[in-house]
Amino acid sequence: MSTQTLRRVRRRENWPWLALGLVAITALIIPLLAGEQVADFAAALQPPSTEHPAGTDHSGYDLLVRTAEGLRVSLLIAVICALVATVLGLAIGLAAALAGGWVDAVVMRVVDGFNALPHLVVGIVIAAMWRGAPLAIIASIALTHWPAVARVVRAELLAVADAGWIETARLAGASRWFVAHHHLIPAVTGQAMTAMVVLLPHAVWHESTLSFLGVGLSPDRASLGTLLSEARGDILTGAWWTLAVPAVTLVITALTVAAAGTAVRNRHRPPTGRVW
Amino acid sequence: MSHLETLTPTPSPPAAETIRPSELRRPLRAAARLLAVRTVIAAPLTVVTSAGLFAVASLSPFDPLAAYLGSGYQFATQSQRDAMRAAYDTDQPWHRAWWQWIGGALHGDLGFSSTQSQPVTTVLTERMPFTLALSGAALVTAAVLAVALGCVAGMRRGGVLERLCTGFSVMFAAVPPFVVSLALVMVVAVGLHWLPASGAAAPGADYTVAGVVRHGILPWIALTVSMIPWLLLTTRAAVLEWVDSDAVRGARSRGLYGWALLRGHIAPVSVLPTLALLGTRLPELIAGAAIVETVFGWPGMAGVLVESAAALDFPLLAALTVGAAAAVLAGSALSDAAAVAIDPRIGMSA
Repeated sequence: MSTQTLRRVRRRENWPWLALGLVAITALIIPLLAGEQVADFAAALQPPSTEHPAGTDHSGYDLLVRTAEGLRVSLLIAVICALVATVLGLAIGLAAALAGGWVDAVVMRVVDGFNALPHLVVGIVIAAMWRGAPLAIIASIALTHWPAVARVVRAELLAVADAGWIETARLAGASRWFVAHHHLIPAVTGQAMTAMVVLLPHAVWHESTLSFLGVGLSPDRASLGTLLSEARGDILTGAWWTLAVPAVTLVITALTVAAAGTAVRNRHRPPTGRVW
Repeated sequence: MSHLETLTPTPSPPAAETIRPSELRRPLRAAARLLAVRTVIAAPLTVVTSAGLFAVASLSPFDPLAAYLGSGYQFATQSQRDAMRAAYDTDQPWHRAWWQWIGGALHGDLGFSSTQSQPVTTVLTERMPFTLALSGAALVTAAVLAVALGCVAGMRRGGVLERLCTGFSVMFAAVPPFVVSLALVMVVAVGLHWLPASGAAAPGADYTVAGVVRHGILPWIALTVSMIPWLLLTTRAAVLEWVDSDAVRGARSRGLYGWALLRGHIAPVSVLPTLALLGTRLPELIAGAAIVETVFGWPGMAGVLVESAAALDFPLLAALTVGAAAAVLAGSALSDAAAVAIDPRIGMSA
């Protein structure tokens, strides 16, 4: 492959990050520019106009600002969820691979057990028991998604440990610390990073679904899910924009996050087998 | 290592040896043994899940009595509340409540649902047919469409249809089912007035076959669309894997192409194993059904799961959650058993 094609490949790989950055910046800037918002019931459910480019919702809030605020909340929760799940999975996967023996066997059975739970059902149960608490939503998503990370991290660590170059390095006089620093840690961080980015769209999906179903964030805290939940009643009166604006935002966000995940995964392809 | 790796078919086609009849029967026996082992594992796992549910509920800050009384709670005096508390024994530790629930469940008594004002068993038997019909119809449609399109996409790599299918799948894998459902409601029900938006019968009317089918069309489309992307991409990937194999190249050199090539040389090794994986996707089907049934007010079990969780109707929630966990375990066990029975190259340790 020539350098030129390599560069082209690299540039094509970067667009998801640019798009994601653009989405995040928009979500940050629009509420800042709009300033303090007040509910104005006289201006409720107005179709898109020059004053309100995306119309207003049924409390009279500007829908574009509400959507940007909702996107901010959704992205923040998704990032925290992915972070917590990755750290949890990383710790448990590392522990299983390093301890080996019966500890490894027991931990992997526990991982299988957690995997057997239907994720959304667990999410609904936990989120409903601590209604409206962002912590419960984060916990419910992180608790159902760490097993995938633990499995990948463990498989990667075992694959690297089995590879000949570790033995070669040790025979050549490298210290354990050197081997860990140069071979084990890079392999595991690559996998963990990949796992985290791949988790992001799941987290967005779960949070919006829980909020939509009415067991997630409370309706006064705008997230994309709560906005869509409100739109459920409003579309019956013909207010199509209350559905279209948050839905399109959610789809664009999910697609760019998913594309970023694919880009990262292609860069750090696991060496053996299909672990995902 | 994990099940995933043992499930991935070995890339080389089986060597052409003479196969003894006893070896031909072995996959079925292996599948039966796998099912037996999985059943032995699944039973305690389901019990542990139910215990986990009760433990989580005991940690939650909600007051079961307040949940039971609903808005009546604020009108009850303190002494009435204490009396109710004593009568329903809500202060007992979670393991005693769990043990009682298990004992009742063994006798077919799952408690009384406060949101539905019916015994839980009645709720389940009344709603089960609606969920099974909707989910079954969506699953079958999704499987037929996804496999057909996936095969064509895999055989015609780079073609217009392949790019359309892949684009559609990537797009709808990212869109939550409730967005699709709401869009359908907005366009078809509210905009065009073609089909009803909610329920399974006109308000106040009895359930009729025609009415249920008419009300079921939109939820069926929404659920089917949510199931297709994964299945289509998996089928396409499996077909692609075999299109370049030596066996297929050999068949091509003998002049085979198109349908004959697909049916004789590609489908048996790619489509059947993919279909066998369907059971492992039961969690997605349950999630999709929960969302779609909620949006469309479909009188099934999955929709009432959300309702019971939101209203903290614990007896109903417990039955549905434990049932969902058991269904998922059964689905993945059946799936793996089917894979072992279909494909003699897959060896699997429980």
